[in-house]
Amino acid sequence: MQSKVHVQTTINGEPREFLCEPRQSLLECLRDTLGLTGTKEGCNDGNCGACTVTMDGRVVTSCLVLGVEAAGAEVTTVEGIARGSALHPLQRAFLENAALQCGICTPGFLVAANALLEAEPDPDEQRIRLWLANNLCRCTGYDKIIRAVQQAAREMRGANA
Amino acid sequence: MSTQYTVVGTRPVRHDGADKVTGRAIYGGDFTAAGLLHGFILRSPHAHAAIKRIDVSKATAYPGVKAVVTADDMPPAPGDKIVDLGEGETPLSYVRGNVLASGKVLYKGHAVAAVAAVNPHVAEEAARLIEIDYEVLPCTLTAPDAMRDGAPILHADLRMKELGQKTDRVSNISDHFRHVMGDAEKGFAEAEVVVEGEFNTSTVHQGYIEPHNATALWNNDGRIHVWCSTQGSFVVRDATACVLDQPVSQVKVTPLEIGGGFGGKIPVYLEPVAALLSKKTGRPVRILMSRQDVFEGTGPTPGSHLKVKIGARRDGKIVAAQAWLAYEAGAYPGAMVGPGAMCVFAAYDIANVVIDGYDVVVNKPSTAAYRAPGATNAAFATETLMDELAAKLGMDPIELRLANAAKEGTRRADGPKFRKIGCVEVLQAMKNHPHYSAPLGGPNRGRGVAIGFWFNVGLPSSCTISVNADGTVNLVEGSTDIGGTRTSVAMQAAEVLGLRAEEVLPTVVDTDSVGFTGVTGGSRTTFATGWAAHDAAQDVVRQMKERAAKLWEAAPESVTCERGVYQSNGHSATFRELAARIGETSGPVVGRAAVNPRGVGGSFAGAIADVEVDPETGKTTVVRFTSVQDAGRAIHPSYVEGQMQGGSVQGIGWALNEEYFMNGSGAMVNSSLLDYRMPTALDLPMIDTQIVEVPNPAHPFGVRGVGEANIVPPPAALANAIHAAAGVRMRRLPMNPPAVMEAIWRKSTSPDS
Repeated sequence: MQSKVHVQTTINGEPREFLCEPRQSLLECLRDTLGLTGTKEGCNDGNCGACTVTMDGRVVTSCLVLGVEAAGAEVTTVEGIARGSALHPLQRAFLENAALQCGICTPGFLVAANALLEAEPDPDEQRIRLWLANNLCRCTGYDKIIRAVQQAAREMRGANA
Repeated sequence: MSTQYTVVGTRPVRHDGADKVTGRAIYGGDFTAAGLLHGFILRSPHAHAAIKRIDVSKATAYPGVKAVVTADDMPPAPGDKIVDLGEGETPLSYVRGNVLASGKVLYKGHAVAAVAAVNPHVAEEAARLIEIDYEVLPCTLTAPDAMRDGAPILHADLRMKELGQKTDRVSNISDHFRHVMGDAEKGFAEAEVVVEGEFNTSTVHQGYIEPHNATALWNNDGRIHVWCSTQGSFVVRDATACVLDQPVSQVKVTPLEIGGGFGGKIPVYLEPVAALLSKKTGRPVRILMSRQDVFEGTGPTPGSHLKVKIGARRDGKIVAAQAWLAYEAGAYPGAMVGPGAMCVFAAYDIANVVIDGYDVVVNKPSTAAYRAPGATNAAFATETLMDELAAKLGMDPIELRLANAAKEGTRRADGPKFRKIGCVEVLQAMKNHPHYSAPLGGPNRGRGVAIGFWFNVGLPSSCTISVNADGTVNLVEGSTDIGGTRTSVAMQAAEVLGLRAEEVLPTVVDTDSVGFTGVTGGSRTTFATGWAAHDAAQDVVRQMKERAAKLWEAAPESVTCERGVYQSNGHSATFRELAARIGETSGPVVGRAAVNPRGVGGSFAGAIADVEVDPETGKTTVVRFTSVQDAGRAIHPSYVEGQMQGGSVQGIGWALNEEYFMNGSGAMVNSSLLDYRMPTALDLPMIDTQIVEVPNPAHPFGVRGVGEANIVPPPAALANAIHAAAGVRMRRLPMNPPAVMEAIWRKSTSPDS
């Protein structure tokens, strides 16, 4: 077995450290080492988006990032979306719009949609579809997901106005 | 919408919602246990080969490896033992043979051996050291090829069943059956217009985003505990027990959250293997599939080959229909051609019908159910021909369907007579939908329609409801929740009890903790488990009346209950008030019900699709799509819409992109989600829905079940829309850009068209 590397990073605003083999993905480290299983594995090759997190503000598929690359970075996972005990407007909108069925893709969608609304508070339908095109959902046909993001965007703009 | 209900028909937030938007919900792959080992399954690189020798010594000696297993570690399968694992009877040897290959591998991806090690990387490295000598055999990959004389034979002991009779013929055709009604020959002789065609559909996968997973512990007391994502915890229990030759009581299955199934998470693949590895190591063992494993090693839906012919009079009355259906079962019999034959002409009242079905084994993964399994393939043929027939007759395609639509009392060719159904109502809703008369809005665009049927299933369900002192209730059920059924089931109990949906707290429990419950499949959960919840809630009401009578010193029969308010002779108490005083009566109130419902109500669905076909590339873009479906009663309309939208988009993917692209040696060459291209958010418009409610008279709330019929119409609707847009008739799925482009070129060079 390979010897492990000590990684210091920030996850969901808190300093964290872990040991990982150089070949381990960030996804594996989050799930198996840190117990952050909200980030899901659907394909392990960057095509489904279930493992989407942000790293230094950038949307990445954590299966294509090595654990060692997280050193010094700021990582946000689905566990970091809620505002304390209150749900984030996106989370609430997903529930109110029935934008999830099985829910396995939901963490990735929430992270990607959150990054979208931080970058573009008023995206039109096509912009939302473009931003979410790397996140596969097999249950919903995306309709209710798009509506949920639109609702959350409206609410967040209202709150910031 | 009916106004007689206060909970049914509303849209509460799901009970498991907060867990699923915060990442807290524990799915099968998230489960861990102290001392966990990690398994890896080695799979066949060949589509068809004899296993001459397996040498696991290098793998066993690899540092970090704790155990290696092959088929030799499984108890022998008695040659002729038949088991029923929720989807009909099948020989145990097939179930066992698919879990770990014995003697022969029958498809690329067939599991051959497994390793347990301290981490998944070590397990994989060690598995690669297992030496296997294969004698590669010729393979057969399509039904027409596998059916020909001289084709490579998959199973030397598989004897063809011909029209219900066993024969001595060794064949890849497991079964040939026929349904006959009236006299098709005479019917076609009377027909004034005949349309016919040959159709092909490719093997496609359900495409759930969560790969299969299982953790098993073979405990020191001899009991096996399995944690996994499954559509049916009791099916996993029974299948694992069968394969390992254990009594069912020795296996306990805890179903964790499941990331999609669509029929594909009914069979067992990993559970018995994880259990065997656990037995050898004394530790819990978890196995996760890779995406490639999911494509190559689990059951997709069959590819199919169909010949269909329909004859009508000039006035539009269909007088005869004939279908020849050959479906590819994959490595073991069971191609869902039976359901295909039940559904192929189910939407229409036709006097003279003959349907031949062939269940054919080929060197591809053993197929599994996929949302209305078999029906989508069949409807692609029938509903395309209905479009052609309408054109030949100069009729509107919906009017032609209405003129022939099945109704209460119409007999299907496979025997049953329809009870109350909503075929006509669905067609009328399509006709009246603004989409149907809207302008197309651009060049190279066309509109197509199609309808589809799925019969839905019943199966047993169990449920208990216990009353809490604060006036809420706990509902315990065995149906794994894939899309919100905790809530659609809880709502039915709430309606009976006069509570809000939020006051019924549902939990999906393990197989030790609830009565037998069938799979979450066949559109049955809201129907059957909802029925059990209704009955269990009625049991609670009965007991609460007794308790009220005791408190009020009244006769139990004098107590009435209306929307959760109990009354007798001037006394009145709400459910909550009574619940608070249960302790003063005679202990806890627990309602229970176990049902095996008859009276399943089949569901019809329709699709209206607008497409734009790029004449330069053949690429088809869906520009507008409407799904219509008879729900019977929509318990939670948002979830009904969600089923319709999801099924529609799976149908769109099946129609336009998805296929198992096989090379000549039987390898799937597109086994990733990059190359097996499912629809993304960017490929689609909003999916409009219209729920039709023709209540199922047998169900307490009129539920039919809505999970499946919605996938049936889209491929044909899109084929018809492509014809309207580009003037070409598509006979093969997928209708991807090369296929459409080729059809356009063929048309422009053919003098006939």
